[in-house]
Amino acid sequence: MTVNTVRNAGANPLGLLSNFWRKQAPNIIPPVLGVLGFLTIWQICSSSGLTRLPGPLSVVTDERTRTLLMYPFYDLGGLDKGLFWQTLASLGRVAQGYSLAALVGISVGILVGTQPLVNKALDPLFQFLRMVAPLAWVPIALVALQQNQPAAIFVIFVTSVWPILINTAEGVRQIPDDYNNVAKVLQLSRKEYYLNILLPAALPYIFTGLRIAIGLAWLAIIAAEIVMSGIVGIGFFIWDAYQQNYVSEIILAVAYIGAVGLLLDRAMAYLQKVIAPTEQK
Amino acid sequence: MILSYTHTETKPMLNRPLNFAATQPALPSLKTATKRSSFLTIEGVSKVYPTRKGPYTVLQDVNLTVDQGEFICVIGHSGCGKSTLLNMVSGFANPSSGDVLLQGQRITKPGPDRMVVFQNYALLPWRTAFENVYLAVNAVHPHKSQAEKRAIVRDHLAMVGLSEAADKKPPQLSGGMRQRVSIARALAIRPQVLILDEPFGALDAITKEELQEELLKIWNEHRCTVLMITHDIDEALFLSDRLVMMTNGPAATIGEVMEIPFPRPRDRALIMEDPHYYTLRNQALDFLYHRFAHDDE
Repeated sequence: MTVNTVRNAGANPLGLLSNFWRKQAPNIIPPVLGVLGFLTIWQICSSSGLTRLPGPLSVVTDERTRTLLMYPFYDLGGLDKGLFWQTLASLGRVAQGYSLAALVGISVGILVGTQPLVNKALDPLFQFLRMVAPLAWVPIALVALQQNQPAAIFVIFVTSVWPILINTAEGVRQIPDDYNNVAKVLQLSRKEYYLNILLPAALPYIFTGLRIAIGLAWLAIIAAEIVMSGIVGIGFFIWDAYQQNYVSEIILAVAYIGAVGLLLDRAMAYLQKVIAPTEQK
Repeated sequence: MILSYTHTETKPMLNRPLNFAATQPALPSLKTATKRSSFLTIEGVSKVYPTRKGPYTVLQDVNLTVDQGEFICVIGHSGCGKSTLLNMVSGFANPSSGDVLLQGQRITKPGPDRMVVFQNYALLPWRTAFENVYLAVNAVHPHKSQAEKRAIVRDHLAMVGLSEAADKKPPQLSGGMRQRVSIARALAIRPQVLILDEPFGALDAITKEELQEELLKIWNEHRCTVLMITHDIDEALFLSDRLVMMTNGPAATIGEVMEIPFPRPRDRALIMEDPHYYTLRNQALDFLYHRFAHDDE
């Protein structure tokens, strides 16, 4: 066992490290083994000619892809940029579309949650629109907005707004009667009620919506960029690589997409833990 | 606002303790002429809820007058409409017929002059004990300086013995401490009527007795009018001036009002030694378990 050899380390920083390892090993070893196993099977499948898809090692063995892997920050102007810049451009669009979705989703969600009549009027529409896939919005957005950039942002917005809106409305409806009764007996003003009761009470729900939405927003940007030609972004990068048959570049880009998606989700989960801890009763 | 007719024999309000009125915040002035001099009047009140099987009468023809500064306990089997009755005083429900009048004015909606101590405390879990009380003080005295408002909050938390726990949030507090915060919040805004809906029902026997004594001590100092729902005859006998006993629902009404004559300030041990205590206790027990025994008990 590796644990035994590390345990003897006496020096202080090393001791801390071994301590950390002893505690975390059960959480680290299985996922590492899982990922390695998956990559190995994939590599075997492609090496043995079972599939034409290059194995994971091609990311290093293919020269073009190795350059991309080693130099994520290069910028030769136009669309010829390193993967860091491609990802950043996509993230920028996600940030804009997602912020808009959060703003609209939370405010309309509060309106719908507090006004049953508005809810009755709009709920069927929301339920219908949220079923429309991001890709289906792309042609509509392009026709409506004429330009790639605003269209991409609209696609993000329209994909990610629904979980925020629906969760906010549900959070507002779920506010315990007790809290509303306190507001009534104290005759809180509308502003005080929103700030001191409605928002904090609905916050866990709002964050659930925000966390679902960040994942959807990231999925949508890739889908949108794949269809919109000629923009800097990781989605269009994949499409471009596919057109030119650089398959290992696609694999590398997919790894970027997965990693960024994971980071976004973790970041939201962390924010949720800090701002709206679930230990509240 | 609905004002009552001015009668020729209108009397000025009698015996209104000034010390209490003087501390009142800017509530609507209630100096209008009144039909009668009593402080709180429940007059011919019925409450009917429409249901699928037709109208369901919860309360029928309830009449009660309460003097200012009186401590009233309401007792009765579950489902007899005690909460409905008090909700009509707090303003969360309106009577189907009849009137609930506070100083001659009809009660139509909740307000801080009739503060409620809710059954399950109703504290905001994301605010500390201090902030929970501050929310109420700030809502009622928006024009006082922050220092004044903070002083009021501190005084009332100290009054219920919670100075130490002021910065804790409700989930970190025990049930008894939460109820203390709730009581501090209610008293901090100096209501004219304090409404308590089974405030000590969920507490253990020792905490319950402690809180009863604290409530009584505070009430002795401030003398606001108290309406309190309870299931506990001993609690009612210890605390109240009059015990209102409700008949069973549907169409419940007040069956009997028992005067509790023990002098104040009251001492639990002394009262328990008084033979009259057992006469009253047996009378209440007889009412609840013989004359109006609950069907399934």
